[in-house]
Amino acid sequence: MIEPDIRKEPIKAGYGRGLLKAAQDDKQVIGLCADLAESTGMGKFRDEFPERFIEVGVAEQNLVTVASGMAKMDKVPFASSYAAFCPGRCWEQIRTTICLNNQNVKIVGSHAGLGVGPDGATHQMLEDIALMRVLPNMQVFAPADSVEAEKITLAIAKTKSPSYLRLSRQEVPVFTHPNTKFVIGEGIKLKDGHQITILSTGTATWHALQAGHILKEHGIDAEVLHFPTIKPLDRELIIQSATKTKRFITVEDHQISGGFGSAVTEVISESYPIPVVRIGVEDEFGQSGTPEELFMHYGITSTNIVKKAQQLIQKTS
Amino acid sequence: MKDKTIRELEDQAEKIRESIILMLEKAGSGHAAGPLGMADIMTALYFRVLRYDPKDPDWPERDIFFMSNGHCAPVQYATMAHAGYFPKKELLTLREYGSRLQGHPERTTLPGLENTSGPLGSGLSQGAGMALALKLDSSNNRHIYLTMSDGELDEGNIWEAALFASKYQLNNLTAIIDRNNIQIDGPTEKVMPLEDLRDKWESFGWHVQEVDGHNIEAIVDACAMARAVSEKPSVIIAHTIPGKGVHFMEGDFHWHSGAPDHKHTLEALHELRSLKGKVIYD
Repeated sequence: MIEPDIRKEPIKAGYGRGLLKAAQDDKQVIGLCADLAESTGMGKFRDEFPERFIEVGVAEQNLVTVASGMAKMDKVPFASSYAAFCPGRCWEQIRTTICLNNQNVKIVGSHAGLGVGPDGATHQMLEDIALMRVLPNMQVFAPADSVEAEKITLAIAKTKSPSYLRLSRQEVPVFTHPNTKFVIGEGIKLKDGHQITILSTGTATWHALQAGHILKEHGIDAEVLHFPTIKPLDRELIIQSATKTKRFITVEDHQISGGFGSAVTEVISESYPIPVVRIGVEDEFGQSGTPEELFMHYGITSTNIVKKAQQLIQKTS
Repeated sequence: MKDKTIRELEDQAEKIRESIILMLEKAGSGHAAGPLGMADIMTALYFRVLRYDPKDPDWPERDIFFMSNGHCAPVQYATMAHAGYFPKKELLTLREYGSRLQGHPERTTLPGLENTSGPLGSGLSQGAGMALALKLDSSNNRHIYLTMSDGELDEGNIWEAALFASKYQLNNLTAIIDRNNIQIDGPTEKVMPLEDLRDKWESFGWHVQEVDGHNIEAIVDACAMARAVSEKPSVIIAHTIPGKGVHFMEGDFHWHSGAPDHKHTLEALHELRSLKGKVIYD
């Protein structure tokens, strides 16, 4: 088990540090925001580079299209808002002016998922992975914690590709290691196992890892794979694990249709069909509550993962 | 190229119109009225106003021009071909499978195209982003030009951009509105009234000029004035006749989209050429 007193931090803190470092490394890096500088984690960047901080006001369509124009002139724009508004409000602009136009814009959607809590369904973006991963040229990332968020931010600042970085709002345990190398398109094996694989992305990975340890106590040897990159997805790691364990559970703080679990099943159904159970929000909206209450209600918890894993093993043994 | 007299530029615009008719007939679909109406504006821009090198489309000191109203692509392509970006015979591949001349402009397919557009309302923000990037780089000699259609002004994104460009005092940005008073469903003032257009832009903090969009000299002068303005972005409301030069298309919103058939093509070419005394189309 992982120690209960593990340090917690909001993921945006890692994004904020990454953006600041990226901006120190490269003067072309700029930040754009739509009236949410502090709560999207851009505060430090704004204070250190006021001339490179662009405030567009509450106008997400303008946010991404101005970013497209700046990328055209060789800037490396990071455009941040809440995921519900961007990409939620401005998908067509992202499709046409960034993806089809192939402009090097980094879209950062914070406050994604149920972890938004009391603000309720309007602000709990549960469809953004689906919206972004269908777009040609777009890369999609969902870090597990603030340390990984920082690494991804630095990595995408150096690649010339439209990118979407999905961040959650709540404080989450910092369990990835600063020394682990982050490579775009590579999944990470957090725990080796041979009976079942739990695959997850973003902050759901913490629950997946916990579940892996609980299952061990119950005598089940589960593999835990984390995917900070949802697109391009690490097909090789997925197929490798499928061949070994032959049972998958996917976990995400997102709709199960169109999201990470769907992406995994697309790989599996074509290459190595095995039973897959997807955990996530099942075709409904969120609601107000504490993050813990909501994760419990929608089943994005280690307890539910354990239950689903036991059921799947029983069914397929 | 920039030494042409105004009379020669008017001839140039007629040649561009002929190309548009021939391209559209061959393609069998596309938009006719807007491109014909914008031929004089595009001629003024490419043959007098813009700084660029067709042999070096990425020349770092060039001005940037693009159409936010990407459906008027035929006049963009025709003007570029006449300006020397690519052979004129390629114009007849418009909208064909494998062509660099996509139905709506795609930056990544054709050197010299600065932007991808078609879905309306995004170009002004993109132009503002480009202008702001130039300012951050203290790149003071370059200028961003773009065109918008009037129907496009229905889009909310435009007015977000209008606020933004004014806030950042983007005097290196000039937007030209093709004020032809038609859109797909009818006259603009019936579909969604835009007037008082001048007042709207002025109240958003823009420098506003109105010109006859078929008077090449006036367009050139307005662009020079726009380039001289300090502290404000510029908008030029260019009053045009949709379908200009072809009487059965002029002012008729039914020609907003749709290509001429062979009979219409012959008639259109005959008219365009007869303006210059060439009565017979061979």
